[in-house]
Amino acid sequence: MSEVKNDGFVGRSIPRKEDQRLLTGKGQFVADLKLPGMLHAAFVRSQVAHARIKSIDLSRALKAPGVVYAIAGPELAQMLPPVPDTQLSLPRKWTTRVQHKFQNPQQPLLSHDKVRHVGEAVAVILAETRYQAEDAAELVEVDLEPLPAVVDPIAGLTPESAVLHEQYGTNLIGDFVVEKGDVKKALAAAPRRIKRRFHHHRYAGIPMECRGVVGSHDPRTDTMTIWSACQVVHWLKREASTVLNMPEARIRCVALDVGGGFGTKGHVYPEDLVIPFLARAVGRPVKWIEDRFEHFISACHSRDQIHDVEAGFDDDGRLIAFSDNFYVDCGAWNPIGSGIAYNTAVHLPGPYKFDHFFVRSRIVSTNKVANAPYRGAGRPEATFAMERIMDMIAAELGLDPAEVRLRNMIPAAEMPYHLGIPYRDGEMIVYDSGDYPESLRLALEAIGGLDAFRKKQRAARAKGRYLGLGLGCYTEGTGVGPFESATVRIDPTGKIYVAGGSCPQGQGMETIFSQIVADVWKVEPKDVVMSLADTSGVAMGFGTIASRSTVTLSGAIHQASEPLRQKVFSIAANMLECSAGDLELRNGAVGVVGVPGNEVTLSTIAKAARPGWDSARPQGMAAGLEETAYYEPPTVTWAYAAHAALVEVDPDLGRVSIDKYVIVHDCGTVINPMLVDGQIHGGAVQGLGGALLEEMSYDADGQILVGSFMDYLVPGASDMPHLDLVHMHHPSPLNPFGVKGVGEGSAIAPPVAIANAVCDALSHLKLEFNETPIKPEKVVRAIWNARR
Amino acid sequence: MTKLVDIRLTVNGREYQGQCEPRTLLADFLRDHLDLTGTHVGCEHGVCGACTVLFNGEAARSCLMLAVQAEGAKITTIEGLAQGGQFHPVQKAFHENHALQCGFCTPGMLAATIDFLNTNASPNEEEVREALSAVLCRCTGYQNIVKAVLAAAAEMRAAGNAGAQAHV
Amino acid sequence: MKPAAFDYQAPTTVEEVVALLGRHGGEARLLAGGQTLVPMMNFRLATPAIVVDLNRIPELAYIKNDNDVVRIGAMTRQRAVEFSDIVARDLPVLQAAIRMVGHLPTRSRGTIGGSIANADAAAEIPMVLQALGGEVSVRGPSGERRIAAADLIEDAMITSLAEDEVLTEVRFPKMAPGARFAVEEFSRRHGDFAIAAVTVVLEMDKGVCASARIAAAGVSACSRRIAAAEDVLRGRAVDPDSIAAAAAAAADAIEPLDDRNASADYRRHLTRILTGRALQRAAA
Repeated sequence: MSEVKNDGFVGRSIPRKEDQRLLTGKGQFVADLKLPGMLHAAFVRSQVAHARIKSIDLSRALKAPGVVYAIAGPELAQMLPPVPDTQLSLPRKWTTRVQHKFQNPQQPLLSHDKVRHVGEAVAVILAETRYQAEDAAELVEVDLEPLPAVVDPIAGLTPESAVLHEQYGTNLIGDFVVEKGDVKKALAAAPRRIKRRFHHHRYAGIPMECRGVVGSHDPRTDTMTIWSACQVVHWLKREASTVLNMPEARIRCVALDVGGGFGTKGHVYPEDLVIPFLARAVGRPVKWIEDRFEHFISACHSRDQIHDVEAGFDDDGRLIAFSDNFYVDCGAWNPIGSGIAYNTAVHLPGPYKFDHFFVRSRIVSTNKVANAPYRGAGRPEATFAMERIMDMIAAELGLDPAEVRLRNMIPAAEMPYHLGIPYRDGEMIVYDSGDYPESLRLALEAIGGLDAFRKKQRAARAKGRYLGLGLGCYTEGTGVGPFESATVRIDPTGKIYVAGGSCPQGQGMETIFSQIVADVWKVEPKDVVMSLADTSGVAMGFGTIASRSTVTLSGAIHQASEPLRQKVFSIAANMLECSAGDLELRNGAVGVVGVPGNEVTLSTIAKAARPGWDSARPQGMAAGLEETAYYEPPTVTWAYAAHAALVEVDPDLGRVSIDKYVIVHDCGTVINPMLVDGQIHGGAVQGLGGALLEEMSYDADGQILVGSFMDYLVPGASDMPHLDLVHMHHPSPLNPFGVKGVGEGSAIAPPVAIANAVCDALSHLKLEFNETPIKPEKVVRAIWNARR
Repeated sequence: MTKLVDIRLTVNGREYQGQCEPRTLLADFLRDHLDLTGTHVGCEHGVCGACTVLFNGEAARSCLMLAVQAEGAKITTIEGLAQGGQFHPVQKAFHENHALQCGFCTPGMLAATIDFLNTNASPNEEEVREALSAVLCRCTGYQNIVKAVLAAAAEMRAAGNAGAQAHV
Repeated sequence: MKPAAFDYQAPTTVEEVVALLGRHGGEARLLAGGQTLVPMMNFRLATPAIVVDLNRIPELAYIKNDNDVVRIGAMTRQRAVEFSDIVARDLPVLQAAIRMVGHLPTRSRGTIGGSIANADAAAEIPMVLQALGGEVSVRGPSGERRIAAADLIEDAMITSLAEDEVLTEVRFPKMAPGARFAVEEFSRRHGDFAIAAVTVVLEMDKGVCASARIAAAGVSACSRRIAAAEDVLRGRAVDPDSIAAAAAAAADAIEPLDDRNASADYRRHLTRILTGRALQRAAA
């Protein structure tokens, strides 16, 4: 049954099941939830970056109309522990292989001793309406003693810097090294060297739906239900169990329709725990819907790394050694621990073959919103450093950047390729499948050929028009463990019920997993009942982060289905009086191979499997048709892509227009091509937004300069190009369906593809753009400086 | 508390009466008072466009209007687009072309698109992109939305029901 | 992001508006299209005690052809202007500029008068009014008075209207038949506030510039007509030399803002580039 036949549903662009409700206004997002007696919460948030809390006076707020309850950090700290430490998980295999030191400051549910960034919550108000809660929040008096703010991570490591988490005596909260070969020696011996600093700036996922939580406690059964717009409901259940001091069995967590996540909603926030706590304390359901202003100052930001790179190479442009000391501007808290930084470290080599590699990562706390994964999660920063270096090697040697890449790429004949460093699951990295040079060749073909472009570029430049080609190639570990769960049950009607630990935010999982299940069970997608994002469906699950769900949930579905099919065949064989080996699944039934009509439906088999009198199952067989499996992937499977951007730079305005953008990618077996394209389009536009428009900026006092969509520029339809997609299909050898993750990939390369393209367009001026975003004024200033 | 105001309006062809504070935003009134939660609130400052509804036939931000201003108005929200269980051509095109992922911006996209196609029955891609820049989408990269709007325009032209309200 | 409480008034005549303003003065805010005021209220950056809604005054919404001017009621929606045949024929530059104001759904509500009275530095409509040398009518306790475009906007979001006055009508002089025009705008994203915008209206006579009208927005605290650049062109052929000279004069004449959206240098530079491009396009 691991065979997926071409006449099945996998591989077809089936329109989504989810659309019917979402197109008619019948979806349900957390903000849409209305419960009897429900109260509304508003948080009071710090307006300064770093300060000691002297006092918080709620007396006026408590007297405001409609206010039912209010509590501030110092009082809450007496009642509740901080967000538990479980967010940081380092597998034993990894800790023994990687030299590291981590401090993980635990974030209190409301600040009580200090505030550590603008936007950190210090108090919360509950009122009959959100309008009234906001009215009262304005009446809270917060007395703060300001402290110097840490805004630059490198300055934050100096002895004179203020320290956010005083118990450590330093702002360095993470430090590790990954290496192979002997970089020092190899760099010293390399015929040529390049040394540069790169800065990949701070931007964020910005889902169109902000965060939101509703908590409701039922005193009769002492059970808690938490609805959160989140990507990880099982994780939330675990943390809620600790903080609320309740067994997991008394907690149900549900994500309804979620309006985008992109990693921003990929971990548990203090609000996810405070709100249910208050619901229980007050005895009424409580709802908190983050508004957009709050979102900018309290939902996690991302990227924000400074890389100091030295690369050694030979006269043919072959990379010999690559060394990178990089700093993560982590913000005030580090909810995902080593996740982003380690991703950056191991994705630096990308599709290239070289022997000497050293990377040291330092994670530094600063007085900014916490840094957490956003689509790509550390990989765009790595790809930026390596892919800029490739272009610099080309520039130094007078070679085409495409040629330098082809000379350095791992040839297809060397796959699978052992990289020689461990992934974050602790397993040594093996690039499992694919053809990297071919992806680049296809990208060049799709832009109309390299030579044709160079000719056009020269002709345009002669007329004062600046065209540029930028490449961005990367590899991406996808489908990371530790596990995902699935429960598969044959319903008495013959429908297939699947509950899984995945937790979607628009990916179309009800559709794609219905396609997979339909093929596995030889039914139609409409006969599949999916239950995701609800901890009542399956007790243990992981969630939807890190381009993992298609890989891991399909594995779990497969793993649960196989023993279940054997049981179904045993019962059918008993009923048809034949051998199970003669049976096959077909059209919602089990039949004797080669004997049309000699079959029994899944519905009949499910009824036969019921416990009780008159069972038709074989002697000794346990009742019921249900299996739960936990798929633990052996390690990640490697997707990859080549992006090619053709841009024109307007040297007077500094505007960068994208004339063509090509993406060649390989995510193995494609379940639903239309949906895969949609994932790639969305990720690429997010990457392009980061390259050109989006920016979370702070002033020298740690004051955030973004508070609205007037300051944070999310790309609109007319700012973005049409994207040309080319698909390669090297199925993954690591999982039953041959799939690789696709969620994050296309956001990885655009920043560097654009930077390279702008540099290429202005190569006659020998300009380098080693920082993002590439804003028009920066381009104009660089041109002015070059001409000066 | 300020005194409440009475509001009578027609939404999706049905008459409603309600009471709210003058400060109640139209978006909140639709969602919280009339339980029409298909209209989404994404920024409350008029940029993201998720809350866009058809107000007397024209697309408008419901987060930038007071509910009291809708007294006597005819509003169409996403809940009112399908007729007799049949998708509006724009809904149909969105479904067929995978023009939505999380669905949060979708109510605004549909309203903005229907209004736009009423003013321009035969748009080109550039015009479609310009019109769609009224609503932010974070999932789709816009490509399939553009495709869907062009497909809907073609279908509506074929059906002869586009352009009737041009030059409103 | 919910507005603070306020009292709401929806008068049906201008007289009532004037009376309300007289009674409440600075406590009251006029609500026109709401595309600026309501976001400010949602952020609680504006917390008026009384909101006076102008949307129930039918007499304030019209577009009238009146000899050599087009009279537009203050509460006329930007969208109505965009699709108006009168505007398309007699004020094509206004139509071009209106299409750069936000997006269709914001133009459905946004009004001509609201945009002018709000006097945002980057707003296109006041810039066009200044370029064409129009005027506005305002009504106050002592009756109606007219204010010329040049005297209307005093600083960022500050007009010469008194606290108890309401803007009722905007009068745009019709463009001469055959007048050439262009509006050039630079913003980071489509539909956003302009970092720089330039409007140019030219009347040519036998290959020579008979009249040039140039105004800029976004670059300074408020939009302004740039006489220095106009003077360069008058009586000259509009060719690369005169365009460059006029563009340089425009860049010199402005007092650029310096903020995180753009430095003063860059704004001055953009003024020169956009003036040049607008002139080039108008003259082509």
